[in-house]
Amino acid sequence: MTTTASRPVAVLWMRRNLFSTPLNAFLTVVLGAGIVYLAYLLVRFLATSNFEILRVNLALFMVGSFPRAQLWRVVVAMLLLALMAGLAGGMLKAAARERSKEAGIRLAEVRGSRAVVGWLRRFWPLSLLVIAALALTRTLIPTLVVIAAVALLVASRWLGGRLGRIPRRVGWLSVALLPLGAYWILSASGLGWEDWGGFMLNIFLTIAGILFAFPIGVALALGRRSSLPVVRAFSIGYIELIRGVPLITLLLMAVFALGFFLPRDLRPGSVTRVLIVITAFEAAYIAEVVRGGLQSVPRGQSEAAQSLGLPGLKITRLIVLPQALRATIPAMVGQFISLFKDTTLVAIVGLGDVLAASSFANAQPAFNAQGLARITLPFVALAFWAGSFAMSREARRLERRLGIGER
Amino acid sequence: MIPNARVPFWRNQRVLRGVAQVVVAAAVLFLLYVLWFNVTNNMRARGVRTDFNFLDQPFGVRIAGSDLSPSAPVRSALLNGIRNTFALAIVGLPLLTILGVIVGVGRLSTNWLVAKISSAYVEILRNLPPLLVVIFAFQAVILRLPPARNPITPFGWFVISNLEFHVPGFRAGDNYRPFMMVMLVAVLLGAFLWWWRTRVHERTGTPHHRWLWSLGTVALVGAIAYLILDRPLTITLPHLEGRVVDGGYRGLGAFFAVVGALAFYTSSHVAEIVRGSILAVPKGQSEAASALALSGFQRLRFVVLPQAMRIALPPIINQYLNYVKNTSLAIAVGFAEVTLVAFQAIGNGQPAPQVVVLLMGSYLVFSLVISFLVNLYNRHLRIVTR
Repeated sequence: MTTTASRPVAVLWMRRNLFSTPLNAFLTVVLGAGIVYLAYLLVRFLATSNFEILRVNLALFMVGSFPRAQLWRVVVAMLLLALMAGLAGGMLKAAARERSKEAGIRLAEVRGSRAVVGWLRRFWPLSLLVIAALALTRTLIPTLVVIAAVALLVASRWLGGRLGRIPRRVGWLSVALLPLGAYWILSASGLGWEDWGGFMLNIFLTIAGILFAFPIGVALALGRRSSLPVVRAFSIGYIELIRGVPLITLLLMAVFALGFFLPRDLRPGSVTRVLIVITAFEAAYIAEVVRGGLQSVPRGQSEAAQSLGLPGLKITRLIVLPQALRATIPAMVGQFISLFKDTTLVAIVGLGDVLAASSFANAQPAFNAQGLARITLPFVALAFWAGSFAMSREARRLERRLGIGER
Repeated sequence: MIPNARVPFWRNQRVLRGVAQVVVAAAVLFLLYVLWFNVTNNMRARGVRTDFNFLDQPFGVRIAGSDLSPSAPVRSALLNGIRNTFALAIVGLPLLTILGVIVGVGRLSTNWLVAKISSAYVEILRNLPPLLVVIFAFQAVILRLPPARNPITPFGWFVISNLEFHVPGFRAGDNYRPFMMVMLVAVLLGAFLWWWRTRVHERTGTPHHRWLWSLGTVALVGAIAYLILDRPLTITLPHLEGRVVDGGYRGLGAFFAVVGALAFYTSSHVAEIVRGSILAVPKGQSEAASALALSGFQRLRFVVLPQAMRIALPPIINQYLNYVKNTSLAIAVGFAEVTLVAFQAIGNGQPAPQVVVLLMGSYLVFSLVISFLVNLYNRHLRIVTR
């Protein structure tokens, strides 16, 4: 036995990974000291700060000026969305299981504590956000709602995996109807999206923006690759025009100048205007994402389809687009994240999103001029960070699963 | 088969393609016409002028950190804004490149701690909204600095308050202009020597020593000119004269908040690009370089980095574009770049459609030029297929 083998594993590991060369040792010491100091600052911040401003304004951050008597609508909508997410997840898993059975592969089932650990590893950023938000509540009700939502998620996921008898189309259709139901609950009895605010508005603008922009974006991408010069020119012109300017200038246009472009009796509210502009903006970016997907489809695919005598439109719809869109899923999630982050810009043009809620809270008489932005802004940042980080990790997972980039 | 059978025109590809294009063109033009009709109609109805004469009217507000008076025309206010946007770009782009390369290489470090810290840096920053980072940098960092009547002076090199930063700068002496002319000539000479040495190297294979030749020439000429012209340029450190700061360059706190926040934010994206492009160079390349007995530095400098650069350059340029577009977020902290100036102009009753068109136009010119160059470069790099 040599001396190195008898040393503890930790020492060996540190030697190899932290102190392998003098430069590495130096970096380790300096950066280690820096990290310890940062951790000390963070602990001191958490221990000595007064989070009253968040406690008092939690509802403002979450839903803006949504009528407090109608908050149950938000709860019901949340539960419906949890149901949708659970069902969809369960059905996707069932479909994957079926496919692997056909292919003769047995998927390893992860159960029990290892499954819980796996879920925590996947969703710890979101869990952190939820726990932070719940720690700021003053009653038990929000905690109970969250527990109910998680329970519903787990239960519907289980259920979704066992819906084998129901035809797949019916299942997906009912899943797709759930968010519409959530929207209906939120907007019934005279409330429209103009009354929404806070983090809810950011989430709504992201989802609605992507959904509306997607078909336009696909059309623009096809137009950009079209063999018709006029169509191609218009598509390129639109895409480059939009991609050349910052979103904030377009939002300024939405607020100050969009009224000039519409007929005089059409006076949309500010959320609608912003949504129109976000859709127009996202369409150009989605077009570029889809173009990337289209370029990744080998030309042999459409040549083979041509040789089978398929007409042009059918080649696009049945052969090229399915393969192209599958390849764009990760980039599309990236686009979704970037829109999610960009929705904070609506605060600049006067909408009451979560960032605006932060400045409202800082302007309240009780909290005015105390520099409390150092408390509200990190909270808002945590919300966006947790959402974006979780999504980007899921995208990477999906990418691995679909085997994109490996073929 | 029927003799002289011709394809009927409704199935003739050429006719169909023509019709499709005419239909699309007509639809788009009709849409544009409707928009134009609405704009002119609405503006006439509201009594808003449709020309660009407002550019000569007084702007009406004082722009923070500039010498323009409120009665200066809108035109010069907008130009001042464009200049400020340029200033944000010129200071920020090198900064974010350096940060991004350091962090990107750090993620590939063999040192566990360096790699972990670098990936934490990337994962934290790139998942935050840039606007939030900018506002945080301003409200929670810059505004919490000591007030202007009681600034801090780190190392005696800077004077920093929550209003303005003063950094060391140059002061022009008597012979400043001739000196700059000489330096220009020296740089041109250096460039020529670079080209000449490259040619000599390619023809004869003798070592080129390009850096030595061209930088040496510039440094030598510069030093001689500096001595002969009797100190045409001196470095000045900012220092307090009572309440007034003298010497050095000054910048608004908001400027540094925007540059710092956006440089950090964008560098996280650049770091990912750098890491990805180094990883994308096939392992066989550096193994082959090792087999040819190239040293570690040579392997990186002549084999891995040139190939990584080819992959990294287009996305990095894209990030530069994003950075320039994101400088418009300075509007949230009141730094007078072009977007804020346009915003103020609209607030002072200048016609919104024209101002927005000018604003978008100024970003577009910049973006289109860059994206044209990137497309050229891309075409040059693309691997040719069928």
